[in-house]
Parts: sequence; C-alpha cells; structure tokens
Amino acid sequence: MLTSPFVRQPTSVQQVMFTVLVALLPAIGLYVWQFGPGIVVNIALATLAAVAAEAAILKLRKKPVGLYVSDLSAVVTAWLIALTFPTILPAWILILATVLSIVAVKHLYGGLGQNPFNPAMAAYCLMIVAYPSAMSQWPAAGWMDLGTHLQLIGGGSIDAMTGATPLDALRTGLHTGSPVGDILARDSFGLAGGRGWEWIGLGYLAGGLFLIQRRVITWHLPTAFLAALAVIAGLFWMANPAHYASPLFHLASGGSLLAAFFIVTDPVSGATTPRGKLLFAAGVALITYLIRNFGAYPDGIAFAVLLMNLCVPLIDMKTQPRVFGHKGE
Amino acid sequence: MIAGLFRFKGGIKPDTHKNASAGAPIQAAPMPARLVVPLLQSPRATARCIVEPGQKVLKGERIGLPDGPLSTAVHAPTSGTVVDVAPHAMAHPSGLETPCVVIEPDGEDRWVERRPLDLDSTGPTEALDWLRDHGIVGLGGATFPSHIKARAGAGIETLILNGAECEPWITCDDRLMRERADGIVAGALILKRLTGAREIVFGVEDNKPQAIEALRAAIHGLAGDITVIPVPSLYPAGGEKQLIRVLTGIEIPHGKLGGDFGVQCFNVGTAYAVHRAIAHGEALVSRVMTVTGNVEKPGNFEVLIGTPVEDLLALGKPKADTDRVLMGGPMMGFELPRLDVPATKATNCLIAASPALFPPPPPEMNCIRCGACARACPAELQPFELYWFSRAKNFGKAQEYHLFDCIECGCCSYVCPSQIRLVDYFRFAKGEIWAREREKSAADAARERFEFRNERQAREKREKAEKLAAKAAATKAKLAAQAAEAPAATEAATEAASADDAKRALIAAALERARAQKAEVLPKNTDNLTPEQAAQVAEADARRAAKAEQNAATDAPESH
Repeated sequence: MLTSPFVRQPTSVQQVMFTVLVALLPAIGLYVWQFGPGIVVNIALATLAAVAAEAAILKLRKKPVGLYVSDLSAVVTAWLIALTFPTILPAWILILATVLSIVAVKHLYGGLGQNPFNPAMAAYCLMIVAYPSAMSQWPAAGWMDLGTHLQLIGGGSIDAMTGATPLDALRTGLHTGSPVGDILARDSFGLAGGRGWEWIGLGYLAGGLFLIQRRVITWHLPTAFLAALAVIAGLFWMANPAHYASPLFHLASGGSLLAAFFIVTDPVSGATTPRGKLLFAAGVALITYLIRNFGAYPDGIAFAVLLMNLCVPLIDMKTQPRVFGHKGE
Repeated sequence: MIAGLFRFKGGIKPDTHKNASAGAPIQAAPMPARLVVPLLQSPRATARCIVEPGQKVLKGERIGLPDGPLSTAVHAPTSGTVVDVAPHAMAHPSGLETPCVVIEPDGEDRWVERRPLDLDSTGPTEALDWLRDHGIVGLGGATFPSHIKARAGAGIETLILNGAECEPWITCDDRLMRERADGIVAGALILKRLTGAREIVFGVEDNKPQAIEALRAAIHGLAGDITVIPVPSLYPAGGEKQLIRVLTGIEIPHGKLGGDFGVQCFNVGTAYAVHRAIAHGEALVSRVMTVTGNVEKPGNFEVLIGTPVEDLLALGKPKADTDRVLMGGPMMGFELPRLDVPATKATNCLIAASPALFPPPPPEMNCIRCGACARACPAELQPFELYWFSRAKNFGKAQEYHLFDCIECGCCSYVCPSQIRLVDYFRFAKGEIWAREREKSAADAARERFEFRNERQAREKREKAEKLAAKAAATKAKLAAQAAEAPAATEAATEAASADDAKRALIAAALERARAQKAEVLPKNTDNLTPEQAAQVAEADARRAAKAEQNAATDAPESH
C-alpha cells in the first residue's frame, strides 16, 4: 500500500539532465561557427564512450541499465568533457578520459548522485597530469574543416594548426617580460578574451540564464563564482595593471563562464545550502585565480573545483540554514 | 489589524482539481442502514461508553462521556437503537479495530432536547465544558478538542479562522463558507469571546473567491476588528503554522502552539460547529465531506458521523476503473485498506483513485542533491540531508537536522526528480526514534529497578551487620566492666587525684587570661557617657566582676 503524497510533479532526473543539454546548445552552435564542426565530432565520440561505459558498469554492478543510462547524466558529463578538452587532441585521450570519469569517478563511488568529485573536472585533471603536452594543444582561432579535424584527432601532425589559449598566451607573454597591454593587443586576442572564445563564453552565459529561469540551478553559484573572480582579479589588476590582466579578461577567458554555469553548478559534488553555495563558488574562483597567476597550469578551474569538492561536507555542515520557527536560535 | 501578508518559504502548486466538486452544493447524505460511531475520536482520547445494546437513543444524545483532559463527548448521530457496542475497523491506514457503538436508525432522526447556552449568564468554564460535552473538536483534520484551544488566559491577541483548504480536490470548507458564512462568523465571534482575542482574521486561499465574498458579506456591518484576508494559493498555506506565518509573520517552532505566541487558529468548520453547539444546543453529529476523484458525480455532503465510507462513495458513483480510495487529500491523506469503515469527525474528503488519476510512482533513483526538496520545504528543512541520515539510520544526526520539524506535507516527495518518497523515509525515521525512545525508557526503568533492588539488598545486609556488631560490642563491654570492678578500685582513685591537680592549674591560668582580655577590650558604646550612666556602668561592671570571681571560685572546685 502506498502512502501520501499520492501526486507528484511530472519531473525526472532525465528531464533535469535534458534541460542542461539544451542549455549547452547555444555555446556548441557558437563553437561550430567559430572553430568548425570538429567539436560536434568530439561530443559524439565522448557521448558514445560515456553511454557505453555507463551501460557496461551498470551491468557489472547489477543495476537497472535502462533506467540509469536513460537519465542522461552520463551524456552531460560527456558533453562537458568534450567542451572543456582541447578539440584537436587525439581521440583516444578524449575517450579514455570519458570512460575514466564514468567508471572511476562516478561508478566506483556508487554511481549517480554518489560521486564526491565532479566527473568532468576529475577527468580533466587526470589527463592534464598524464598527457600535459596533448592537453595544451589548442586549435588556432578560425574555422577548421572536418577533414583536418578528423586527421588531427586520428593522430596526425598538429604543429601547424595549434595556437595557444588566451590564458596560455598571456602566461608565456608575461614570462618574456611583455606588459599585459602589449600581449592582449596581439592577433589571437579579441575584445575581452581570446578571439572566438569570447563568443562561446556568451553562449554559456545564455544557456546558464536559461537554466536559472528553468530553476535547474539557482543564482548563487554562478553569481558567487563570477563575482569572486572579478573581485580578486580586480584587486590584483588595480595594484599592477601591467602585470595582471583585467577582471573582464578573466571572466571572458578560459572556462570561466562554462564553469560558472555548468561546472560549479554540479549539484552532486557541490555545496547545497544557499550560503554554502556562495562559499563553494567563491572558493573555486579564488583557487582558480591563484593557479592561473601563480601556479603551474594556465587554467586552474579543474583543480579548484576538485579542491573545493573536498570541502563540501564541511561547508554544508557549517552552513545549514535555520529551519522554520528556529530563526532566533 | 493585518497590514500586509507574509510569506512562508517553499510550498508547491499542484493541480487543485477543486472544480470537480466546488460547484456542488452541500446535500444531506441519505440515512445509512447502520451507523458505526467510534468512541475513539483522536489518538489521544477515547470516550467512555454509557449505552448498552438494545437501548434507544435520540439524535444528539450522549453515548460516550469524555474520559481524560483531551477527551470529548460522543453522541448518537440520529435517533434509533443501539444494536452493538463492539470493536470495529476504523478509518486508518492500519485497518485496526476500535470500540464502536453501532446504532440502527429508526428513520425519524428525532433530536434530543436542545437548548442554547446563554454566554452572558455563564462563566467561561461552563462554556468550555459545554463545547466538550457537545463533542466539538477541530474539523480541519487533527480533531484536537476545541475546549482546550478556546481557553482564555493565554493572552490570545489574534484569532485566525482557517479557510485556506489548500489540499487538492477538497471543497467541503469552500462550500461551507459559501453556504453557511453567517454561522461560521457567529462561531468565530463566540471563539473570540472565549479566547479573549482582540481581532478575528479569516484566511482563505484566493482560489475561492465566492467563499471570500460570502464571508465578507457575513462580516459586513459587524463591530470589532474582523477581516477576511485572501492568501496566495500555495500548498500548504492551510497548515496551521504556515497560515499563522502568512497572516501574522509569526513562526511557531516545533513543539509550540499558536497560543504560546498570542495566536489561536480554528478551522472554519469548527467555528460553525461551535455556533451550532452554543446557539442551538446541537452536538457535533455530522460534518461536510467532499466525495470526488474518479467518480461520475462529485459532490459535497452533510454526513452523519459513523456513516460507512462505502455508502458515501456510492453517492458519487465511482467509475469502473477505481482501484483505491483515499481519505483526506492526495498530499497528506491515506489509502483506506477497507471500505466498511465509518466516517469520522476528521474525514473531510473521500477520493476515488484510478491509475490514470493517481499513477503508480516511477522507480526511485539516487538522490542527485539538486536541492529541489529544500526549496519546496515549508519547514525550511534540508530534506535530502534528512533522507541520507534516515537511510543510513543515523537517527541522531537526523534529529540534529530537525527531523521532527517535518510536518509530512509531502512537498519534498512531490518535487523530487529522482522520485524518492522522502516522506516515507521520514516517517520511518520518526517511528524508529520513537520505538528506540520507548525501549530506552523501558530499559532505564528496568535498570533503575535493578539498581534499587541491589542497593536495598546491600543496605539490609549492612544494617544487619551493624546491628550484630553493636550487640557484640555491648556484650563485650558489659563483661569487661564486670571483670574490672572489684580489684582495680583503690588504684584508680590515686591516679585520678594527681591528674586533677594539673588540670586545676590549667583552668586557673585560662581564666586569668580571659579576664585580662575582657579588661582590655572595652565596648565602644561606653565612650562619651553622662556621669550617671558612667556610674551605672561602673556599678554593673563591679557586679559582673564580683560574679565572675564568684564563678571562678565555684568553677574550679566543681571539677571534683
């Protein structure tokens, strides 16, 4: 016999994940427009790998395969991996990363909802540590046709095609002693961040606002992340504008907007209370900035997210909201 | 005066389905062949039966007397013959039995002699007793005795009349407000008088405009602070604590009642019953119920308490694919395990359920911590945290996260994308905690008994041993005294004499010291005296000195 409530909202994990996928579409469209159709190939490869890995591990774990594969959570992970990884790295690395994120980061911890770390970011960290050079080969700004892309991800020579990401270029430029202004005036930079990447960032922003409107995510995480990043970058920039890039550059570069709306907002591995979300996202922003400027890697979002994932139990415990009627306590 | 409305956090907006029955005026349900009146009217109290099989009763005649402070009287819902007093299945998810009085109606529906209570010539205690003896309990579903809540003296400022009726499908209060607003307002005025409240506020969800209109018409021209406030339709706005929050801004914590904060809340149906009891002398023997759901003819019925649920359901003509029947609303009601159970004062709605209307829940998936439940929770809890703790049987932590503030409204289960039946986990955790507390208190009592017994045994043993020892010592001393008496008498005398000399010298020296001290320390009030006073003091001092000398002289020889 069932107990109350006897009615429920027509909602599901599948629907939530589907909404996230839809929210990624504008950015993917802009990605194709700026860099060519390669990203779609990568997304397809990662998706296939994720779904296959998910189905296999579910079967091994004797869990309902259909129910959990169709929840689309593995597909979201796959898309995020494809979008955060360099598009022209060998396909086998992309596939390996996806399989590892599904099997090791998600299912070895218990599957959907149980993973303490963000699967896409954990995969990113694993790969950048294991294959640092492949992970830093980014396509130069501009359209790349499908043939070239396939050749490249199939293991073709890539030297001619690569460029540095804006953060990379900035880092290298600073090492050679050029002031920020000179570096950003170069060809690979656009109005606010890297040429082409700025547009994709706007796509993430649009998708993120859609997620907030659909109440899939709340405003806390993206706002706290972007605001904290802007404030920290602003402080350094004001102190020494020749050596530190502006807040706008930091917001528009790397994965900042992608992270703000799609990475730090992962509910499973992130903080859940309203105040906890603010702390969590601000922490990610702070560590990201420190790694970008003083660390060994051009972009530190992945490491920052993993580090903050570790703090989530403590953050949640210490930021429990007051319950109804206990406000004065 | 209510200046503006407040919000409670969370809440949901399920399909109300109220249109199905909201248009149907209240009709009297036909007299059933048998009425089964439970003597148990709430989990807290059972009335004491005062009728026997074969006895003739009139409508409104008492058949059960209040037994205990939270108990109210139970009455015959119609005139007829008591055919049985026996246990009968009650309207409860367990299907357990409870003592019931079975009455066969004579069809005349003849009232017992009714007389109104004149509030001007009676004290408040009589009025409250009157409510208790007329079986008035809260008709919102909790059946809490109204005579307890209506007590004055707690400093009640605001009397809230709850006409929110936030549960989907239910329309009985809506119809009552539309059709009997005058009676409700009259009841509210009585309750205001009893509680000593300063103002009356009707809270009605804004999806019931006709009810609001009817109440406004009924209060029109009335003196005093009385208002009808439409509140936003947001489940569970009709929860007592939520409605109080919306209307007054006061948040009443778990374990406290509105009365502790100067607010008292009654259901509109209760107010109507209070009016009937005071102004017409009618005991609470019937209530309005909605019969709806998967039926051809949804409606609202005036139902005698004790009418079998199957009879009531038949009034709505259930459709063929009806597979279950819910009592109460779909958010907080329960599925009836059998249909031959009687309707009670708590029964506000019967819903015929079909797989199409209430589809079986999809399989539960893992929690993804999306927080939708926390955003929907009107108690501002973190249901997903409570879910982890309940699942892990980490009950201490669950209590720390305020498990018992959960009102089981069902909002969290309603919104969960993983289809987790969160409320079930909370019910389970609460049940386990209660069971453990019972076990613990039983174990504590047993341990105390055991320890007390051990201590008593030890004490008895000790006392016995002491008694024996004392007896033995006494005997020994007696024997020793007898043995020493004769030979040692002369020796003892000389020894005592030499010891006495030394002692006497010591005492003399001590007395000398004391005298010297006394002479040095003169009392302060002897300064600045008149000559006569000085003479008197000198005289007294002389007397005292003489006395002291005399005492010293007499003291010393006394040591002989």
